Amino acid sequence: MSVELGHFSIILAFVLAIAMAVLGIGSRTRLLAGSAYVLPLLVVGQFVFTGLAFGLLVLAFAEDNFSVRYVAQHSNSLLPTAYKLGATWGGHEGSFLLWVLIMAGWMLAVSWRSAHLPTLFRHTVIGVMALMNVGFLAFLIFTSNPFQRNVPFVPADGADLNPLLQDFGLIVHPPMLYIGYVGFSVAFAFAIAALISGRLDTAWARWSRPWTNMAWAFLTVGIALGSWWAYYELGWGGWWFWDPVENASFMPWLAGTALVHSLAATEKRGVFKSWTLLLAIVAFSLSLLGAFIVRSGVLTSVHAFAVDPERGVFILAFLVLVVGGSFTLYGVRAWQLKSRTTFTWFSRDSFILQNNIIFVVSLAVVLLGTLLPLGYEGVTGDKLSVGKPYFNLFFVPLMLMLSALLVMAPVVNWKRTEADRLRERLRWPCITAGVVGVAAAITLLDRFDVPRIAAVLAVLLATGVVTSHLLDLGQKLRQGHRPSLGYLGMFTAHIGFAMSVVGVALAVELSSEKDLAMRPGAEVEQYGRTIRFVGVEEVQGPNYVAQAGHFIVHENGRDIVLRPEKRRYMAGGNLMTEAAIDAGFFRDIYISLGEPIEEGGWAVRVHIKPFVRWIWLGAVIMALGGGLAILDRRYRRIRTRAAIPAGMAGAL
Amino acid sequence: MNRMSFFVPLAIFMVIIGVGLVGFQLGDRAVLPSPLVGKPFPSFSAPRLDQDDVLVDQSVLLGRPLLVNVWATWCPTCKAEHEFLETLKEREGLEIVGIVYKDDPAAAQRWLDLYGDPYSFNLQDRDGRLGVELGVYGAPESFLLDAAGNIVYKRVGDVNERVWAEEMAPRLEKMRLAQMEATGS
Repeated sequence: MSVELGHFSIILAFVLAIAMAVLGIGSRTRLLAGSAYVLPLLVVGQFVFTGLAFGLLVLAFAEDNFSVRYVAQHSNSLLPTAYKLGATWGGHEGSFLLWVLIMAGWMLAVSWRSAHLPTLFRHTVIGVMALMNVGFLAFLIFTSNPFQRNVPFVPADGADLNPLLQDFGLIVHPPMLYIGYVGFSVAFAFAIAALISGRLDTAWARWSRPWTNMAWAFLTVGIALGSWWAYYELGWGGWWFWDPVENASFMPWLAGTALVHSLAATEKRGVFKSWTLLLAIVAFSLSLLGAFIVRSGVLTSVHAFAVDPERGVFILAFLVLVVGGSFTLYGVRAWQLKSRTTFTWFSRDSFILQNNIIFVVSLAVVLLGTLLPLGYEGVTGDKLSVGKPYFNLFFVPLMLMLSALLVMAPVVNWKRTEADRLRERLRWPCITAGVVGVAAAITLLDRFDVPRIAAVLAVLLATGVVTSHLLDLGQKLRQGHRPSLGYLGMFTAHIGFAMSVVGVALAVELSSEKDLAMRPGAEVEQYGRTIRFVGVEEVQGPNYVAQAGHFIVHENGRDIVLRPEKRRYMAGGNLMTEAAIDAGFFRDIYISLGEPIEEGGWAVRVHIKPFVRWIWLGAVIMALGGGLAILDRRYRRIRTRAAIPAGMAGAL
Repeated sequence: MNRMSFFVPLAIFMVIIGVGLVGFQLGDRAVLPSPLVGKPFPSFSAPRLDQDDVLVDQSVLLGRPLLVNVWATWCPTCKAEHEFLETLKEREGLEIVGIVYKDDPAAAQRWLDLYGDPYSFNLQDRDGRLGVELGVYGAPESFLLDAAGNIVYKRVGDVNERVWAEEMAPRLEKMRLAQMEATGS
C-alpha cells in the first residue's frame, strides 16, 4: 500500500509542477496574473509530495520490501541498516528521486527567501524552475520509476547493493553533488527570468549570487567526496582518473567557478552582463549534460547503474530543448545588454575576465576530452582513452597561470590599479614565494624534468597566493576595517585553492608507490619507514567474509598497524579490495592487498603519499569560503528591508 | 557587438548536436583507413623498456609477421585488452611487441609484473614522438606487420575476439601462407 502511495505522490508532484510552470511563466498574461498568488502554496505541496515519496521509498528499504523491484535489485536482508538507507539512492531510479526531491527543496528555499524580489520576476523564476522539474519528474515517472512492483514473483531476498557503494563516502557523495548540480538551476532560472522579463540590469546578478555560491560550495564538497572515495575504496591509490563520470561533475564546477567570479564583476561594476547570463545558462546545461552522461548508460563504469537507451534518448531530448531554448532566448534578448564601463589591463575587472578565460578554456579541454572518446565509441563501437597525458598537458599550465593571477588578486582594484601600489604590495609575496620556491627546488629537483619544475612552480605560486592574501587581510585589520563576510569568504576560498594546488603537486611528484610480492614475515623499506607483513587471517563481516592482512609500519619510533582487506560479499559473490590507510596531515600510508600468489605470498601495494590530504582539505576550505560569502550582511539586509512591506501588505 | 553574434552559443550548440547525430548514424563507414596501411613501419630509434640504455630501431620488427601494440598504464581500455593479448600469444603463437606510450617506464614495468607480460619486448615512447609518426590518437592502438615490416592493418581501440576473427586472423593467415611459399620454393 505504502508503495502505491509513493507512486501516487510523485504523480501528484508532477501535476503540481505542471501547474506551477504554467502559472509562473504565464503570470505575465492577464488571464493568469490573478491566480499566481497560489504559487508558494504549490511549491510547498510539491516539496511535501516528493518528500513523502522519498520517505516511503526509504521505508521500503528499511522493511526489506523486495516486492519493489528497485529494492530487490539494490538491497539485501543482510545489508547493515545505514547502507539500506543509503541504498535508497544507490541505483538509478532512487538517485533520480533524490534529484527531484532536491530540486523541490531548492524551489522551496527560493520561494521562501525571495520576498524582496519584484512579484512578477519571482513568479517567473518559480515557473522556470518548475518547468525543469516537470522534465525531471516525467523522466522519473515514465522511464525510471522506483516504485515498480515485482509481483506476483516476489524474490525471497535482494541482490544486494554494489559493494563499492557500501561506504560512508558514497552515501554522502550523491546528495552533495546533486545539491550542487540542481542548485545551478537557481542561477539559471534567474538568468532566464531576466531574459524573459527584459529586466536586464544587474539586479538579477545580485539576487542570484548567494544561490550560486551555495550551489558551488555543495558541488565542491561533492566532487571532493567522490575523489576521496575513489582514493580509499577503489584500491588503486589514485584520487582523480579523468574518468567521464568525474569529468561530468567537474565541467559544471568549472563553469560554476567562472560564474561565481563573473557575477561579482557584474554586480559590483556592471561589466560582462551578457557573458554572466551566458555562464549561468552554461553551468546548468552542463549539469544536465552530466546527468545525461551518467544516467543514460553511455558509459560502462562503476557509476553506470543502468543501460537503457530509452532513458538516454529522453534526457538527450530534454537537454536539447532546455539548452537550445535558452540559447535561442539569449540570442533574441541578450543584445540589449550594454556595458558602458571601461577598465584597464591591471584591474580587478580585467583579472576576473582572465580568470573566466582560463576556466572556460579548461572547460573546453574537459568537454573535448570527454565527448570525443564517447563520440568515437558511438561511431565505431570501440573504446579509446585520451587519458591523463592529454588532460595534464593542458591543466598543469592553465592552473599555474590561474595561481599566478591569484597572487595578484587581492592587490588589484576595480577599474584600475596604480603601478606603485602594485609594486609595493607584491614585494613580500614575491620574497616569500622566492624563498619557499628555492626550498622546494632543492627538495624536488633531484630529477630535473617538466613535471618537477611544474611542481616547484605550483608550490612557489601557492605560497605567493597565501602571502598576498594574508597581507591584504592584515592591512585591512590594521586600518580598522572590519572585513565583511563576503571578503572573508573570498579569502578562505582562495587559501583553499592554494592548498589544493600544493596537495596535487606534491602528492603527484613525491608519492612513492611499490607493488610487491610479500610473504608473511617479510619486511620492506620505503621512505625511511619499515613495513612488516605479519600475515593474513580470515574475518567475518556482516554481509561478507574477508581476508584481512596485518601490517606493521615502523615510523619515527612508533608502530602503526594497518589491516587492508580482501572481501567477498555473500549476496553477489563480489570481490572487493578494502585498502588500509593511515591518514596524516603531511602524509598518508596506503596499503592494499592484491591477489594471493604462490607459497602463501600476497601481491601487496604499498604507497606513501605526502600531502595527499591537502587536496580534499583545500576543497573543503574552498567550499567553506563559499558558505561564508552567503552569510554576508548585504544579503540579510535585503531580506529585512523587504520583509516590512510584505508584512504590511499582509496586514492590509 | 553585432546583434547576430548573440546567436553564436546557439550555433555552437547546434553544431555539436548535429555532428553527434550525423556521426552516430554514419557507423563504421566513417572510419578513414589509415594512410600508413600498406607502407613500411616508420623508422625510429627508441630505448627498450627493460634496458633503458639499449636503443633499437625498426630492423627489430623485420623477419616475421607480428603485432605492434601501443599501450599505457593510464589507459583503462588497455587493461581490458591485456588479457586478450595474452590469449593471442598463447593460442595463435603471434609475436607481440609493445610500445609504452606517454607513460612512466617504472609504472609500465610494474603493470607487466602484476598482470603478466604477453610482449616479446617493449619500447619506450615517453614523449609520444613515435606515436605522432604512427598517427596515434590515443591508446590502445595496434599495427599488424608483415615479415617485410609493412603495415598490413591498423586498429584504433582494443583488439578483441571479434576484431581478431574478422580483420586480423585472415590477414595473418595470408601472410603466413605467403611466407611459407617463399621459403618452400
